[in-house]
Amino acid sequence: MAKTRGWRWSLPALLLAGPAYASGSNLNMTPGVTDISQQVYDLHMTIFWICCAIGAVVFSAMFVSILLHRKSRGVKPATFHESTKVEIIWTAIPVLILIVMAIPATRVLIAMEDTSDSDVTVLITGSQWRWHYEYLDYDINYFSILATPRGQIEGRLPKGENYLLEVDRPLVIPTDKKVRFLMTSDDVIHSWWVPDFAIKKDTNPGFINEAWTQVNEPGIYRGQCAELCGMDHGFMPIVVIAKEPADFEIWAKAEEERIAEIRAEEQRLLALQMNLDEQMELGERVYLAHCAACHQPNGEGLPPMFPALKGNQVATQDRAEHIRVMVDGRPGTSMASFARQLSLRELTSVITYGRNAWGNDTGDVVQAAEVYEYMQGKGSN
Amino acid sequence: MSTVTTADHHDEHHDHKPTGIKRWLFTTNHKDIGSMYLIFALVMFFIGGAMAMVIRLELFQPGLQFVDPQFFNQMTTVHGLIMVFGAVMPAFTGLANWMIPMMIGAPDMALPRMNNWSFWILPFAFLILLMTLFMPGGGPDFGWTFYAPLSTTYSNDTTALFVFSVHIMGISSIMGAINVIVTIVNMRAPGMTWMKMPLFVWTWLITAFLLIMVMPVLAGVVTMVLTDKYFATSFFDAAGGGDPVLFQHIFWFFGHPEVYIMILPAFGIISAIVPTFARKKLFGYASMVYATASIAILSFLVWAHHMFTTGMPVFALLFFMYTTMLIAVPTGVKVFNWVATMWRGAMTFEVPMMFALAFIVLFTIGGLSGVMLAITPADFQYHDTYFVVAHFHYVLVSGAVFSIVAAVYYWLPKWTGHMYDERLGQMHFWCSLISVNLLFFPMHFVGLAGMPRRIPDYALQFADFNAIISVGGFLFGLSQLIFVWVLIKCARGGEKAEARAWEGAEGLEWEVPSPAPYHTFDTPPEVK
Ligand code: HEC
Ligand code: HEM
Ligand SMILES: [Cu+2]
Ligand SMILES: [Cu+2]
Repeated sequence: MAKTRGWRWSLPALLLAGPAYASGSNLNMTPGVTDISQQVYDLHMTIFWICCAIGAVVFSAMFVSILLHRKSRGVKPATFHESTKVEIIWTAIPVLILIVMAIPATRVLIAMEDTSDSDVTVLITGSQWRWHYEYLDYDINYFSILATPRGQIEGRLPKGENYLLEVDRPLVIPTDKKVRFLMTSDDVIHSWWVPDFAIKKDTNPGFINEAWTQVNEPGIYRGQCAELCGMDHGFMPIVVIAKEPADFEIWAKAEEERIAEIRAEEQRLLALQMNLDEQMELGERVYLAHCAACHQPNGEGLPPMFPALKGNQVATQDRAEHIRVMVDGRPGTSMASFARQLSLRELTSVITYGRNAWGNDTGDVVQAAEVYEYMQGKGSN
Repeated sequence: MSTVTTADHHDEHHDHKPTGIKRWLFTTNHKDIGSMYLIFALVMFFIGGAMAMVIRLELFQPGLQFVDPQFFNQMTTVHGLIMVFGAVMPAFTGLANWMIPMMIGAPDMALPRMNNWSFWILPFAFLILLMTLFMPGGGPDFGWTFYAPLSTTYSNDTTALFVFSVHIMGISSIMGAINVIVTIVNMRAPGMTWMKMPLFVWTWLITAFLLIMVMPVLAGVVTMVLTDKYFATSFFDAAGGGDPVLFQHIFWFFGHPEVYIMILPAFGIISAIVPTFARKKLFGYASMVYATASIAILSFLVWAHHMFTTGMPVFALLFFMYTTMLIAVPTGVKVFNWVATMWRGAMTFEVPMMFALAFIVLFTIGGLSGVMLAITPADFQYHDTYFVVAHFHYVLVSGAVFSIVAAVYYWLPKWTGHMYDERLGQMHFWCSLISVNLLFFPMHFVGLAGMPRRIPDYALQFADFNAIISVGGFLFGLSQLIFVWVLIKCARGGEKAEARAWEGAEGLEWEVPSPAPYHTFDTPPEVK
């Protein structure tokens, strides 16, 4: 990661911003950690230098002219105003230069688009404003959301090193294996971008896109959503951890166990009665992580886009509807279904929280069994 | 290029016009309408600019300090819409109104009443757009490209007003374009053959055809957004058998020609100014005309270069990569011709020339980054980052806007009858030149380093450059106040301008007195 191939940029950088940037690592495209990203980087530098050369020729001609052919030096203007020969030359030369650029570009592009023979496949689903990763070859799926505390964003806390580029659960992939990504979306178009892999692909709702990577070095790689997807578009980062294949298998096993554990826990939960305090505590955490972006930490929402939950008719009275909204979402609005995104325990708690926070003192303590019953009743899993 | 044998003698005698507000409301005079377009564009430029200042203020430091993300998105969206449809396009239409009749020796535009309409509906379009910002839910916040389904299912309720306002802008543009075409085709003075027309007229003619072809496409796509949102159609909704990517194809089929609509008239302006101050005929007039026409035709074949990451088949990626690279060739020809025009001329460096020279250099930088963007595999890394923001601001601000400013300085003596204050003008130029580069050049770096566009907050490694960019932004904004000062000063008085205000200027517009009388060329001049 710490490669500083950007040194070639240091000249313009020095001119522009002074020696502080001489290392250049935050000035240029990253060469990344895959063969493809390296090729893309090389291609970028090649075109960049060709463009610089063209610019240098054109601008020097222009500046020589500005220096020499000025009225103040007493020159008499020439009278020539066309030359078919010259004009053909400067149409032909750019065409040749472009052909020279097009050949490597075509080669790299074709290599990038070949998703065949993959070892691992991950289905990536974007939604406002989180990523969902599902491993098709393993029994693993989970959401990945921004982990930077709101306090850092609002300036109440000092900003951490990976400010806005950190998530609660990163995507984990094996190195030296061809990993194929299938991409789609639950709501609007997002775009999954990890510069170190040279992958940027839109996630289109209702359609599936493909991309692939083969990472050479274990490490942590960070990216962001690259397509405007609404209010918190700037706050849906991507973190990928590449592990040696053996380590990856260990992780996958542990993760499968963790998920199985959660399922078992859910079953146990159904019989259990959770008390209000316990639910309020968990509910608040879930609410701040998953709901506050729209409904705001104080429950007042941002009407009319995002309704207030404080004093809300559903949250204070219609308990069945409250459960329904949380499980099914409101199709056609940005209120998504949370049945898949939250564990049963979290889902239950956030409902209870909504019915008791911000002065919605209904005193209702919803239990997992009630929510589960609704989910079963409509045949949802 | 052309000389006049019978100049118009009588126009001074019947220079009467209504006075007060009625003059402006009911006018069918191309000069009045041109002035109104230009003033409107200037006002919009400052409103859109104020929004840019909000954006740069928020991005001055990491963290959320001044505005919330939703308002931030409204600012970027409305800034883009206003600059494109409210500032650049009306400014060019204003220049067309003022200059085309005078350049081709016509007494007025061909359809003067329609001309009045096409201007007067425009303020209402923008009033509606700006009003949405103060309504519950706020204004449009889905980017000026309003991709579905963000602009349909997931947008706020003022979207209907956004659609309405875009419709009005479109109608205005189409009417303006029809007027330009009819005027140029029918009203040229005797002897003003096609290949004698000034390039500004040529480029505008071609632009007008582009407008007529693509504005209905824009109208179509906003209407589809409207019906998807309010009338349960599913053009862009997979659940109903539609496709969100279809939106992008339609939008960019309008959108790419649109970017040429914003630059072709600029090519015409630069092709007028450079020969004047180089005191030498434009090099390669014919190839300039052909280059403009080929750019216009090619601009219909490159739209999907804005969509490389949407998951198109490889063959489509290759096709659009090649066509996009091809469009750089005629663009290059133009730049080479301008340099050849300067070559062995006898240049002086008044403000219009300074802006024109800056245009050539900075537009070329934007064109070269355009070529980089055309390279599909590399575009996967550039797309939707600040690198793209840098690219299109180089072509639009230091390109289109600089050309408009150059045109204003160039023709201001003709419009007002006074020379502008050269010292202030030079100050305006140098302040603009330095700040525009401080503002947009570092955007290339942050973009390459990985900063996405349209975000209100960013990771810490981008902080230093963003602070520089913001400072550049504020300075650029302030520099434009000098421009307003120059304009007011020049309108009020100043050194008397001659009919041919610039020593090397050629063309019919310089044959009439300065200021140009209310009616010019009532009897057509004879062009040899
Ligand atoms: C992406 C923004 C968004 C997020 C995140 C979100 N909501 Fe909503 N929510 C909405 C919108 C929009 C509506 C209104 C839907 C409609 O128009 O019927 C809504 C409606 C609701 C309602 C019903 C209110 C009513 O008056 O009908 C409840 C309850 C609710 N949300 C709870 C939550 C909880 C709890 C969470 C977190 C787990 C959450 N929401 C996360 C956007 C969001
Ligand atoms: C040499 C000629 C040019 C080439 C090859 C070129 C190429 C491109 C490409 C490939 C993109 C898409 C980048 C991306 O989103 O990944 C782009 C974006 C853009 N270009 Fe150009 N361009 C050229 C000239 C111009 C001109 C003359 C203008 C306008 C005056 C212009 C305005 C824009 C705008 C506004 C965008 C951004 C649109 C958006 O996504 O919001 N370009 N250009
Ligand atoms: Cu996004
Ligand atoms: Cu384009």
